[in-house]
Amino acid sequence: MENLINLTIDGIDVQVERGKSILEAAKIANVRIPTLCHHDDLCVAGNCRVCVVEVIGRPRLEASCAVPAEDGMKVLTSTPKVRTARKDIVSLLVAEHNTQCTTCYRSTNCELQSLSAEYNIDNDDYISVLKPQKPIDKSSWSVEKDDSKCVRCQRCVRTCAELQHVNALTASGKGNHMKISTFLELPMNDVVCTNCGQCITHCPTGALTERRYYSDIWEAIGDPTKHVIINTAPSVRVGLGEMLGFPIGTRVTGKMVTALKKMGFDSVLDTDFTADLTIIEEGSEFLQRLEDALVHKKQVALPMLTSCSPGWVKFIEHMYPNHLDHLSTCKSPQQMFGALAKTYYAEKMGIKPENIVSVAGMPCAAKKFEANRPEMKSSGYQDVDCGLTTRELGHMIKQSGLDFTNLQESHFDSLMGESTGAAVIFGATGGVMEAALRTVYELITGRPVPFENLNIVPVRGLEGIKEASVKLENCLPKYSFLEGVEARFAVAHGLKNARIIMDQIAKGESPYHFIEVMACPGGCIGGGGQPIPTNNAIRRKRIEAIYAEDEGLAKRKSHDNEELKKLYQDFLKEPLGHKSHKLLHTKYRKRNRY
Amino acid sequence: MAEKTLKKVDIIFAEYLVSPYKILEETIKRPKNEIIQEILDSGLRGRGGAGFPTGLKWKFGASAKAEPKYIVCNADEGEPGTFKDREILTKVPRKVFLGMGICAFVTGATKGILYLRAEYNYLIPSLNNELQIFHEKAKLLGLDFNITIFSGSGAYVCGEETALIESMEGKRGEPRNKPPFPVQSGYLGKPTIVNNVETFVSASMVCRIGAVEYKKLGTEDQSGSKLFSISGDTHKAGVYELELGMKVSEFVEEFGDGDTKAVQIGGVAGVCVPRKNFEATIIGQGSSSGGSTMVFNSTRSMYNVLHNYLEFFQEESCGQCTPCRVGCQQLLKGIEAIKAGTKPAEYLNQLMKLTETMKLTAKCGLGQSVGNSFNSIVTNFREEMIY
Amino acid sequence: MADIQVLVKELVNKYGTKREALIPILQGVVASERYLSSEAMIEIAKELDISAAEVYGTATFYSFLETVPRGKYVIRICRTIVCEMNGKKDVLKILEEILKIKVGETTMDKKFSLLETNCIGWCHQGPAMLINDEVYSQLTSDKVREIIQDYIRNK
Ligand SMILES: Cc1cc2nc3c(=O)[nH]c(=O)nc-3n(C[C@H](O)[C@H](O)[C@H](O)COP(=O)(O)O)c2cc1C
Ligand code: SF4
Ligand code: SF4
Ligand code: SF4
Ligand code: SF4
Ligand code: FES
Repeated sequence: MENLINLTIDGIDVQVERGKSILEAAKIANVRIPTLCHHDDLCVAGNCRVCVVEVIGRPRLEASCAVPAEDGMKVLTSTPKVRTARKDIVSLLVAEHNTQCTTCYRSTNCELQSLSAEYNIDNDDYISVLKPQKPIDKSSWSVEKDDSKCVRCQRCVRTCAELQHVNALTASGKGNHMKISTFLELPMNDVVCTNCGQCITHCPTGALTERRYYSDIWEAIGDPTKHVIINTAPSVRVGLGEMLGFPIGTRVTGKMVTALKKMGFDSVLDTDFTADLTIIEEGSEFLQRLEDALVHKKQVALPMLTSCSPGWVKFIEHMYPNHLDHLSTCKSPQQMFGALAKTYYAEKMGIKPENIVSVAGMPCAAKKFEANRPEMKSSGYQDVDCGLTTRELGHMIKQSGLDFTNLQESHFDSLMGESTGAAVIFGATGGVMEAALRTVYELITGRPVPFENLNIVPVRGLEGIKEASVKLENCLPKYSFLEGVEARFAVAHGLKNARIIMDQIAKGESPYHFIEVMACPGGCIGGGGQPIPTNNAIRRKRIEAIYAEDEGLAKRKSHDNEELKKLYQDFLKEPLGHKSHKLLHTKYRKRNRY
Repeated sequence: MAEKTLKKVDIIFAEYLVSPYKILEETIKRPKNEIIQEILDSGLRGRGGAGFPTGLKWKFGASAKAEPKYIVCNADEGEPGTFKDREILTKVPRKVFLGMGICAFVTGATKGILYLRAEYNYLIPSLNNELQIFHEKAKLLGLDFNITIFSGSGAYVCGEETALIESMEGKRGEPRNKPPFPVQSGYLGKPTIVNNVETFVSASMVCRIGAVEYKKLGTEDQSGSKLFSISGDTHKAGVYELELGMKVSEFVEEFGDGDTKAVQIGGVAGVCVPRKNFEATIIGQGSSSGGSTMVFNSTRSMYNVLHNYLEFFQEESCGQCTPCRVGCQQLLKGIEAIKAGTKPAEYLNQLMKLTETMKLTAKCGLGQSVGNSFNSIVTNFREEMIY
Repeated sequence: MADIQVLVKELVNKYGTKREALIPILQGVVASERYLSSEAMIEIAKELDISAAEVYGTATFYSFLETVPRGKYVIRICRTIVCEMNGKKDVLKILEEILKIKVGETTMDKKFSLLETNCIGWCHQGPAMLINDEVYSQLTSDKVREIIQDYIRNK
């Protein structure tokens, strides 16, 4: 076939499609070439030059990530010339670097550090050209930016541009002044950053990290007057294992719960409980909007957009401030949990809300910001005291000295520990939509959603925008106004795709009724707080783990959650009721567009 | 190879013996292939520094499939010690547009852009007048080709053709990965032929006098005449058109001040030739062909010269790739440290090895060529670096 | 509309809203405002539908696209090798003396900014400098004094 070409890499014959890079060919040949600026999710930059190789007949070395493989090419990846050059390049990066690995959060998970170790870099080879230190930017609740740890690979810039279409970060200056900055080098908190944290998970070093709060939690745990509770999101249990020596895609739910209990959390609960609650509230809101539109002929904003991804919410507040009414007013599961923790939970458990420290273990960087939104105080206290990432939880578990691998499994505590499969799949893109459909369809028709084994396959997977539709027939009398309606749904993940959805809405051309949007590619399993690295192969494994958990559960529809029913009976009374509005729903605000 | 002695020529700046538009008219009556062959036969190489055969570039441009095609005239002229393109654009701009017009004809390009460095902005009004005339003539001749001026904004690296294209696209002037080359995918992803100002003039000369006449100038592997920007310790600073293939010794005899210690050929990206090599070195051979020649006499500290070059490089590097961004800073800090005695003299060897890595791995010609001047100065003036 | 909006709008009408228009627009703003203010960059970002960070990142790459306020006359003296050899330091000293500012600064009356720049293509007549788009070469102390006095008095 003329589209295939043959070349050799270190003497190994490989056949690849025309247009593939030398690096891709090497992967096929099972030859590892070190890289730094390269990331599977992103376009090729070819700027770090770590991946250079020798191509016989060419005078210079070639950056294997950026140079296409050619027919008959002979590539050598580990000659003295190549090794010397690579070592020099890594040495130069080190010379430009604030090499304080001992105090660095990314130590042992840092690509520069590994390269430096691999090439045995001698600090004395070159003179430090580290720029005078600017204080670390800690203005944002979510993202910390430390320029002294930056290798200028521009992965963050490409991430924010290509995956997220936000472009909050840019390379600025030139030559020795080139650096990564925001608009006018403003603090991260003052620019259009959505706090999604994708730049963090794509940064090879400690230059971009989440702002960390876990020392505060250790302190609270140590304080006998405090009742410290934690709820963990579904994606945490399928990601956490990666930090603790398990293969990618291992579910460590039971061990995680045990670990958290042993670490001293007074109660270990499940965000899935409020994920189920979100479905009930959001589903009801959706039906209400349909009724308002179709029956009462009111002006309501449709399609309705999910609101459980705080990065997405901040994105729309910045980028489409005139379309905020499309967002569901439901808080995210984290914030619903927080609001109930200091009301319902406090009441039932007989604990004073001011003594409760409510922690959320999340795959997310944006949830740190969300927890600190001034409006998130509907319990009368700060609803969520602190959002921790999966990575922070991993660190805490390591610090606690537990033998995680050999821990017994245990169950979440109650109250607010029960959940269904519908809540579990919140972690994967399409999951919220699938969960909502399982409930909403049944509410409308009294029958289970017409997909085999409740698996709504069209909304699953890593396609950027996914669509599904169901025809509503034989509706229950209450929903007769929906008879014959073809309900159309869409799912978008990664803010790049959110922008496509929003541009349709802004033009009044959106063909959908209800749209799920997640800020992070792959949904929360690929969240900005998840273990690093993350790429599509890893996302797929985490997603598989999520659906396996759902598949294995007896209850897979949110409205079947018994604890939830009790919550409505004893406390909330009804979906969209007075208490719900006070505790579970919120408002949005317009933010600066530039 | 027959050596020629230094010979001044007067073609490029010569009065318009035949009106350039007449030449355009005559030329575009010929078959395109024939014109390309003529340029190929002339052995003309690009005058912007890299020395790529011009005929070949035009041939690729002609066979590129996508439309529209762009012709870009590179007038970014940022190489220290180079000012011949400015002189051309001041004195004989018509010949530049003539060359671009011919190139447009043979390649089928419809849009032309003159990328003029910001420092030459004062030329814009007169160039626009010339362009108006050019467009009128082109229209009369039925040549669908329109030239606009794009003004640079102060960045040496934008002279590199892919950085230049990025810059015209409204971006940071960071050189691209190659391939694809601009003739395949350049400005806005379309085939783009980038040539130096002087290259266009020389190409038009070839069309006027023919390859055979043109080849009579210069030597076998470097045909034609070329402009040299001469500055430094000389009483005859300025732009001169000289036949190619002259020895540095001949050059120094003509242009030196009697006390010449070294000549920098090809700008700071080129090499520094010390006195002992004047006889053995032919200008333009194996080194940059941009035509910058800077003369240093014995009062000059070569440490200061190199220091100045390195300051230039560390600022003018685009900063995207590691070997160049950090390498340039490293070389500068390195020679400072040696001078100050905080690093031993042997450290120079380490730095020279570093320039080898830069040459092998930097993304574009800027980083790749820093070692040219560094190594030639450090090797030949080692004591001056240390004491 | 604020003045800057009017200006950006005019430039956009002239050059369009595609990304290729960015640099000409930035140049237009600098030509009339002497630098790119935060407001100007935001306005341009709006018109071109790109992020403000992209505008900033692009502008800061180019030494002629100022992002800090500059004087009416920007003096750029060449600091590259040949001008350096030919006495640029002395010329600079005179400039600093007359204008009572250091390199990188702007006079109190906002009339002059003094900057260094890399090779401006007048090496054969160095030392040389630009004042806005005008070239001044073969500079000597006296000549510089004269030139600046002329600007002070007549411009
Ligand atoms: C750092 C750098 C600066 C350059 N500057 C210029 C320049 O100012 N003018 C120019 O014509 N070519 C310059 N070049 C060469 C161009 O990349 C390109 O090779 C040339 O414009 C092609 O035209 P030619 O074939 O007619 O020489 C530069 C190259 C590099 C790497
Ligand atoms: S970013 Fe990496 S190399 Fe730098 S200090 Fe941290 S761990 Fe070390
Ligand atoms: S957190 Fe997200 S939006 Fe903010 S800079 Fe990083 S990638 Fe961009
Ligand atoms: S912040 Fe991180 S991702 Fe961005 S350029 Fe620096 S090292 Fe690369
Ligand atoms: S070699 Fe220098 S100028 Fe060229 S791409 Fe690399 S950093 Fe930029
Ligand atoms: S990984 Fe290839 S240049 Fe960075």
